[in-house]
Amino acid sequence: MLLIPCPWCGPRDEIEFHCGGQADVAYPADPHVLGDDEWAAYVFVRDNPKGPFAERWCHAAGCRRWFNVVRDTATHAILSVKLLDGTAVPA
Amino acid sequence: MTTEHGDADAYEHPPWLWRTPEPKRSYDVVIVGAGGHGLATAYYLARNHGITDVAVLERGWLAGGNMARNTTIIRSNYLWDESAALYEHALGLWEGLADELEYDVFFSQRGVLNLAHSLQDVRDSVRRVEANRLNGVDAEWLSPEQVKEVCPIVDVSPDVRYPVLGATFQPRGGIAKHDWVAWAYARAADALGVSLIQDCEVTGIEVDGDRVIGVQTSRGPIAAGRVALCAAGHSSLLAEMASIRLPLQSHPLQALVSELLEPVHPTVVMSNAVHVYVSQAHKGELVLGAGIDPYNSYAQRGSFHVIEHQMAAALELFPIFARARVLRTWAGVVDVCPDASPIIGLTPVDDLYINCGWGTGGFKATPGAGWVFAHTVATGEPHPLNAPYTLDRFATGALIDEHGAAAVAH
Repeated sequence: MLLIPCPWCGPRDEIEFHCGGQADVAYPADPHVLGDDEWAAYVFVRDNPKGPFAERWCHAAGCRRWFNVVRDTATHAILSVKLLDGTAVPA
Repeated sequence: MTTEHGDADAYEHPPWLWRTPEPKRSYDVVIVGAGGHGLATAYYLARNHGITDVAVLERGWLAGGNMARNTTIIRSNYLWDESAALYEHALGLWEGLADELEYDVFFSQRGVLNLAHSLQDVRDSVRRVEANRLNGVDAEWLSPEQVKEVCPIVDVSPDVRYPVLGATFQPRGGIAKHDWVAWAYARAADALGVSLIQDCEVTGIEVDGDRVIGVQTSRGPIAAGRVALCAAGHSSLLAEMASIRLPLQSHPLQALVSELLEPVHPTVVMSNAVHVYVSQAHKGELVLGAGIDPYNSYAQRGSFHVIEHQMAAALELFPIFARARVLRTWAGVVDVCPDASPIIGLTPVDDLYINCGWGTGGFKATPGAGWVFAHTVATGEPHPLNAPYTLDRFATGALIDEHGAAAVAH
């Protein structure tokens, strides 16, 4: 069970949250120039590291706001929390 | 050599099952991962293609990963043609496996029920039954009363929260004893000359130009004519060593067993809507599984609330389990593809092959996966059964979308 520090509501059980997958995946700057392989990479391929991983979480059963968490996928330690504009939040 | 099912403890193992050779400096084929798929691939490489200069490298111990962490359900009631063909091929092999390997695997064809709890479930299920039949897969639609006949302990009364409105039934489905499956393949592969090397972690993949030439390991470099990756949850990390990014996410998948009980549960029951799947192991434990945790993890442990949810679901279906105690829980790391179907085939690197992305359902495919992957590695071309399972499908759009369709919610 993860204890996730919501920047607005404080630490809450993971069951209150929705995991949105990898953070900071930018929409292609110029989508019209992308070939099939590049589209496939954008749509289907994400990082899958064993270790620190930046991901999005939504406090779905709380304030319903999104934020970024760096979480270690091997230990489940939450290493840092940021707002979507990149502002660091004390965890 | 086949014994009566249900008497595994009385069975005498041979004094040894495989050798423990030192790694050579070079092999024709190096297989990474001595789980079920890696071992089956090695066996069929030797048996079907005469390729015996093969090493199976395992960083831990043989069959100690997902092979030791699954609920052993075997079925082929998949919706799409490509899936039905692949899993049905596997099921056919399961039916002859103990004789083929001259070693029991306790394959028990006790049937698999997939329950329907809503009108949409019913429609999807009936559609899948018809699709299965068109593909030569045994499938029936059962009324709640017929469900009760197959599995008397299921509560089919209409006044529960999620009433059972019927079920699909695949009589040829069932369970096997996972350790014995691994040991049977390991023993048979070893007898054909394959080297099974445990405690040997692959730390790098050597690529020269466009082709693979070997691997770096915790026990030194090993040259290889071909390299075949069968590492399940850790496939992303391995492929990255050859600069390949795979469309995979690794998640923990939990299961648990109860204390030993007298035989009470005669079949396999799965339910998507309340999300639990239950069978009773040969020895007597109830084996329960549910869904993956939603976030990425390599920790081999999952969340307690998932267990809570699956227990609640199990009690809804089986009030008789109310006083059963949980004996142990565990989790495996499963590699999930965006379309919930595996990747089996070539990679952008010549002579480097990949078998991954089985998500929550790799065990049932073990013989079939090994068969087609061995063909791919031996010939450099996909077998017709795994041709659709190319890595390219994410670019071409020819996905095999089994999400929700394959009788399990991934």
